[in-house]
Amino acid sequence: MKAHVYVTLKTTVLDPQGKTIQGALKKMNYKGVEDVRQGKYFLLTLEPNLEKDKVKAEVERIAREVLTNPVIEEFAYKLED
Amino acid sequence: MATQSLQTPPLPCRATPELLKTHGITPEEYERIVQALGREPSLTELGIYSVMWSEHCSYKSSKVHLKRLPTRSERVVQGPGENAGIIDIGDGWACAFKIESHNHPSYIEPFQGAATGVGGILRDIFTMGARPLAVMDSLRFGRIVDRRKPPAAADRGQATERAEVQAQSSSYSPARKLRGLEAKKLIHKNHSILEGVVSGIASYGNCFGVPNLGGETKFEECYFGNPLVNAFALGLVRKDEIFYAKASGTGNPVIYVGAKTGRDGIHGATMASEEFREGSEQKRPNVQVGDPFLEKLLLEACLEAMQTGAVVGIQDMGAAGLTCSTCEMGARGGVGIEIELDHVPQREIGMTAYEIMLSESQERMLLVAESGREHEVFRVFEKWGLDAVTIGRVINEPRMRVLEHGNIVADIPNTSLTDDAPVYRRPMQPWTVPVPKDKPANAPLGANPDLTGVLKRLLASQNICSKRWIHEQYDSMVQTNTVQGPGGDGGVMRIKDTLRGLAMSLDGNGRWCYLNPKLGAMHAVAEAARKVVCAGGVPVAATNCLNFGNPEKPHIMWQFSEVIDGLAEACTALGTPITGGNVSLYNETLGEGIYPTPVVGVVGIVESIERTATPHFRSPGREAILLSAALAPYDDRQLGSSEYAKEIVGSLWGEPPALDLKSEAALQKCVLELIEKGLIESAHDCSDGGLAVAIAESCFRHEIGAELHLPEGSEPLEIALFGEQASRVLVCCVPGDRQLIQQIAAKHTIQAEFLGRTGGDRLVIRRGPSDAVSVYIADIKNVWAQALECALHSDVPERVVPETLDK
Amino acid sequence: MKFGVLVFPGSNCDHDAYHVIAAAAKQPVTFLWHASHDLENCDAIIVPGGFAYGDYLRTGAIAKFAPIMQEVSRFAAGGGLVLGICNGFQILCEAGLLPGALMRNAGLKYICKPVKLRVESTDTPFTSACTEGEVLEIPIGHMEGNYFCDADTLAELNRENLRGDGWGARAQIAYGPCGRASGNPCAEPERRVCALRAGDGICQQGRFGHGSQ
Repeated sequence: MKAHVYVTLKTTVLDPQGKTIQGALKKMNYKGVEDVRQGKYFLLTLEPNLEKDKVKAEVERIAREVLTNPVIEEFAYKLED
Repeated sequence: MATQSLQTPPLPCRATPELLKTHGITPEEYERIVQALGREPSLTELGIYSVMWSEHCSYKSSKVHLKRLPTRSERVVQGPGENAGIIDIGDGWACAFKIESHNHPSYIEPFQGAATGVGGILRDIFTMGARPLAVMDSLRFGRIVDRRKPPAAADRGQATERAEVQAQSSSYSPARKLRGLEAKKLIHKNHSILEGVVSGIASYGNCFGVPNLGGETKFEECYFGNPLVNAFALGLVRKDEIFYAKASGTGNPVIYVGAKTGRDGIHGATMASEEFREGSEQKRPNVQVGDPFLEKLLLEACLEAMQTGAVVGIQDMGAAGLTCSTCEMGARGGVGIEIELDHVPQREIGMTAYEIMLSESQERMLLVAESGREHEVFRVFEKWGLDAVTIGRVINEPRMRVLEHGNIVADIPNTSLTDDAPVYRRPMQPWTVPVPKDKPANAPLGANPDLTGVLKRLLASQNICSKRWIHEQYDSMVQTNTVQGPGGDGGVMRIKDTLRGLAMSLDGNGRWCYLNPKLGAMHAVAEAARKVVCAGGVPVAATNCLNFGNPEKPHIMWQFSEVIDGLAEACTALGTPITGGNVSLYNETLGEGIYPTPVVGVVGIVESIERTATPHFRSPGREAILLSAALAPYDDRQLGSSEYAKEIVGSLWGEPPALDLKSEAALQKCVLELIEKGLIESAHDCSDGGLAVAIAESCFRHEIGAELHLPEGSEPLEIALFGEQASRVLVCCVPGDRQLIQQIAAKHTIQAEFLGRTGGDRLVIRRGPSDAVSVYIADIKNVWAQALECALHSDVPERVVPETLDK
Repeated sequence: MKFGVLVFPGSNCDHDAYHVIAAAAKQPVTFLWHASHDLENCDAIIVPGGFAYGDYLRTGAIAKFAPIMQEVSRFAAGGGLVLGICNGFQILCEAGLLPGALMRNAGLKYICKPVKLRVESTDTPFTSACTEGEVLEIPIGHMEGNYFCDADTLAELNRENLRGDGWGARAQIAYGPCGRASGNPCAEPERRVCALRAGDGICQQGRFGHGSQ
């Protein structure tokens, strides 16, 4: 089983990298991009035959306690068999 | 592990012409391999020969010439041939230093290319037991300013005229043929190479924790497809604690430490070979990726392991990775090494023997430990969380023997890979540079009413403007030893617990070497040494990085040979033997080569860090004095090689400035005496942009103006202000000391011309009664300080899709 | 007064801090290894600069889990002096010993240069030798020095610690200890950590080690 975890800055926090990318896209004449937020992506490969509920809880714990800094970041994740 | 000499030799490869070609092995070289082995090589063996006999590792084209360089002095502890050169700097201390190129990788992937360049040179230093004290870089890129666009401060009419002159001139980069969008794309590409290289250097060095003292950054069209990234590093080691890359003691364990081996850096061409079926569908990255955090751990672990006394010899796995370290350590010690690849820590699955031996994965070392004391080494690496695995042992026979699953896959006499590698005496052909000897008729001198405007344009030009944007991204202060960081003539580091310091500087001038390779190379040494002197260091040794085009072209080989002669002469005259360095050939794209570009790093000893100098005027009311060696008059032919000719006239002609090494040595001695006696407050080498630029640069740091008179003369004012006459240093002193300074200068047969006083918020330069330059310091400082940033941020082209730019 | 300098894998200013305490301040000092649980009876702890664990996840994110940090937290809770410099400051924020977090610099580049900082408070152990309003020139060197905290925390910091120009002031640089005196509503343990901050949305942690030059 794999867990895909996406970490981004909270929407209330300024994202200078995202802003820079957006600015560059605009200068390069790419159309229709309203905003860019950038972040990190983690792919966790989990041991086989784990209970899905337990995996969920553990992945959330890892994401909350290690992969993000709750002051500035938030996360989303999905599990895949 | 038992020696398996009775085993059958490895399966021979099918040496088709294509296979040899992809390995860069000529049919004659193949014959040599067969002779050395007494049989046909296996594919792994062919790969091993191919990397060890490559230009990069064997120096086969340059070796015969490099022998002419001076490499010895009382201070030299270790000359060329080791991981780095070492000199004795007194008080029981020695310093290891070297410069190395990472040009090609930095073009392919600027960030990682430059980062791994820094990583490689740092390993060369700490492999010798030295803790890295400072790094510097010499960088060269294609132009980053659209020539058709006038610089911010310049007059539009002039700029247009300049562009026309340039179009007719003999600049030989493909860039000049491009127009409009093409030219914009090219500039954008140069911007991204520059930004990538700088952030790569910053990212690696900052994380590793070594201060970067700057270096030099130059721009010429010819570096567009061949940026030069030459990284210099220097480290300190107790003289009795130096380690060498030499194996000894039959039966001693050979230990692999550091990062795991992946497929990084294996040449793509080799994938075509038939042996690669398993896993060949996987993408094999050619770009090495650096891990500065791991390198920092490796540094601490290696230095700590060396302290145990259990380490016999150690070598970095750099270019040609495991292959190079295995055969070179054996060869240096007159012994052999046998390794079993099954024990090599691997990052990827299914790697072949060929791949493991040729991988250029970063942050790895090979060390030989004393038999029975391995555990002391393991304990240290375990503490730092690093892999350390015994992969083989030292054997009696002078061979490199490689086993995989117990079967021999390579069994090669060491010296056939190292000392007995092919050496070529390539044909040379003297060459006349295809530029006019004389100044173009449409560039009159002596009639320009706006020399202040010219000064502004020069200060804003790519080669002269402040490189603050670059060096502010580098940590220049970590380790708390930095006495003089980036932005001066030379960097100065103190040696803790002593009064002493080390001064260092990098210099090169490809344009001058293009016009006259020998004279240009002499200038590179003279200027690097002069910059060290201006910082207060006595130059004692040098390292060089020789960047050239294709050595199979006779005129390139001639340039190379001339440059070696120039370096040899200047290093001998100035007392700076070459203790090592690196040669980078084949810097060509589509048949267009770079300027011959030797880059010289000079290291000097500062006897007391209380007695150093900076280029900056420190107070008003001081007297500015120009120290200069007596030389033949600087004429308008020599002006053709200047930044003035390049930026203002937009053309290249003539020859580099004259240089007299004896006078240069006298000037350097004179400046050192003045600094040592505490008579001068600032010292600044007059180089790019001439005296006017040197004066302006001295004013900037503390925003102190000056009112100065040029020496009387009949030469056009452009030459007096912007001519780049060699062997000149601008100094400043308190008024009472002028006479003493003039006496000391006279003793050294150096002219000391009083120019005027510092003070005020304006820079005024006069000759006779009239002002040649008159401007507020704040105005020109701003132009100078902002130019690079402005150039980089001004022009993102309307539409550039990155992929289309990649070659 | 005995100082302890933490050493994480990737710390690169540990020797700097050690040197300054030993050579400039002439006080006893020892290194404290990250995997240890023993503060060796130190009276003050320095969390030095560098790139602990490469800063690969986030600056300070892994270092905060090091065994020694549990002891540092306990020590701080008991009123012990802890100074975080550069990466050390980032680690203290991650560990929750200081409010807020550090983000990538607005210019997205590493910045190394001297900056001017103004002493805002002198009633802390770290600034007691300064005078209020005194301007110090202190080198900075970091990629993640862009201080962020939520509005409430910001208000508290301003109210508690700062006079004159507040956090929002541009190009104005202040130097203030945060998590300071008793009754601090940030629920911060007392008098532990000294933070340097700069305006323009960038918060710096000075590296006082360089000041010795």
